Amino acid sequence: MEPLFAILVGLFFSAAVYLMLSKFSIRIMLGIAILGNGVNLLLFTAGRVTREVPPIIPAGFDTLPADAANPLPQALILTAIVISFSFLAFLLVLTYRAYQDIGTDNTDEMRIAEPDDPPLPPLGY
Amino acid sequence: MAAPITTDLSAALLTAPVPPGNWLVILPVAHCIVLGALMLMLRAHVRVHALIAVLGLAVLVLIDALLLKRVIDGGPVTMVMGRWLPPFGIAFTVDLFGALMALAAAIAALAGSLYALSDIDPGGRRFGFFPFLMLLMAGVTGAFLTGDIFNLYVWFEVLLISSFGLLILGSEREQIDGAMKYAVLNLIGTTLFLIAVGYLYAIFGTLNMADIALKAAGLRDTAPLMTLAALFLLAFAMKAAAFPVNFWLPASYHTPRIVVSALFAGLLTKVGIYALIRVMVMLLPVEREALSLMIALAGAATVILGALGALAQTDIRRLLGYVVISGIGSMLAGIAIGTPGGVSGAVFYALHSVVLMMALYLLVGQAARLGGSFQLTALGGLYRERGWFAAVSLILFLAACGLPPFSGFWPKVILVKASLDIGAWWLAAALLTGGFLTTICFGRVFLLAYWRPAPAPAETVAIGWQSALPLLTLTALVTGFGILPEQLLSLAQAAAGSLADPGAYIHSVFPEGAAP
Repeated sequence: MEPLFAILVGLFFSAAVYLMLSKFSIRIMLGIAILGNGVNLLLFTAGRVTREVPPIIPAGFDTLPADAANPLPQALILTAIVISFSFLAFLLVLTYRAYQDIGTDNTDEMRIAEPDDPPLPPLGY
Repeated sequence: MAAPITTDLSAALLTAPVPPGNWLVILPVAHCIVLGALMLMLRAHVRVHALIAVLGLAVLVLIDALLLKRVIDGGPVTMVMGRWLPPFGIAFTVDLFGALMALAAAIAALAGSLYALSDIDPGGRRFGFFPFLMLLMAGVTGAFLTGDIFNLYVWFEVLLISSFGLLILGSEREQIDGAMKYAVLNLIGTTLFLIAVGYLYAIFGTLNMADIALKAAGLRDTAPLMTLAALFLLAFAMKAAAFPVNFWLPASYHTPRIVVSALFAGLLTKVGIYALIRVMVMLLPVEREALSLMIALAGAATVILGALGALAQTDIRRLLGYVVISGIGSMLAGIAIGTPGGVSGAVFYALHSVVLMMALYLLVGQAARLGGSFQLTALGGLYRERGWFAAVSLILFLAACGLPPFSGFWPKVILVKASLDIGAWWLAAALLTGGFLTTICFGRVFLLAYWRPAPAPAETVAIGWQSALPLLTLTALVTGFGILPEQLLSLAQAAAGSLADPGAYIHSVFPEGAAP
């Protein structure tokens, strides 16, 4: 199972990087969304990927059976999902506002804070 | 039917109640979150926000000072959440480095909150400046005090989301443009950090820093720790604005309210440096050694290119943004050197930089109020009209250049000596060149904005106590630690020593011995 997941994570990451290298902010946002999901899958793979063995300690035992999944990465993913989801929501609103205010979603033209030809610093007294 | 459980859980669970003194470890974070929540509940009564924030941050300084005293007296302190002992439970572990940084951050934030009384208009207060400030402090303090690396990620996100809120306070076009770049690049940085955490867990099976420090030696031959170290380096360098990945900082730091810029410059980049020192020096020292040339090159480039960038600016706020970057380079150099001397230099520089960057931004905000502009071409005559203000400015400028007798001098001396000791003369040369370029840069600011006669007669603006008090206090700290550095120096050396040999840190997390 793990190699399959590893390949999937690699695909997610390459798609995310491709999208984030784009000029247009909406594509960058899509890239970030995919990146977040890729990372969640990566965390998931970090704790043994197994089939149909829930991480529950059977009656009469003290520890998990060896082939059960590790529950901790799943708890970590839960945290990471909540965080990345809220951040994505914020970023989408920000992108929308930027599109409204600046009038473009082309990052090359977003140069309000850093104008293209800034004035030279004073050269003499 | 379930068989009766006979396992003795006392090995994994906390059986004794937490001693009252240990609550100090978690108190600074809880205090900030509670006050932030309280202010959110009182959102209809914006008038009381400022009072709560200033008093609350004063209390925070007190708590952090008590915590520092406790750590100095008794070594690192650990508190475990929810009865599970480490490495299962989440631990807050405070050592000297964390406590020092938390105290410096609290002092800087208190100064910022005082300045904000005059800088943040009622609109900004209604949008929640003070609640955001408290939550930002919760994130920053939590990052300094936590002993668990996933927890560190969570505190990074807490401070990041509050910083987004602060950055777009006012919703001007410039701010939204700056916030886009800041938000996207910082989010990618923390995502890289999360990837590194995922690999870390896959390799070590633990997220507790003390446990990782214990296990790293045994896994070094088989596990890809080098990949891990490189990922952490990239992620934290991005947060700290080190050279190849620093361009979000000058794009965004000059757009928000000046006190927000001051808070960011004082606190946020230093959290990146803190995490870098914690992970590279304490957890993965061998990998840091192998990467040291790369870190040193990045540090040298950051110092020099930051200073050159500052030279090319007319807007003083943007100029300061580049000065922040230049300072980050010095701390990176200290991490690259890695000897106790180098790390203590980086620690000292980080503490000095928290206070100084805060003061510089507040100073520039006040100068712009007096002169009516942030542009060097439009400012003038500040020296003639405001003698003492010019004196305070000169002190802070000299401290930023690393000239004696102010606090910037000592870390620079330590770092230059440490790099000469290991034979890296080019690193020492880069540090000194960076200092020289910064001196030229601030020399020009002083010449144009202070000595030059005012281009246009400006109306006289009074300097209120809200800005005078924090400026004078921070300047007193900068001067005091420049003239009497022994105490802070020995603390920084002790902090670097405990990072290089984390025995006491590990013992505070696992008092019984190694983890099960």
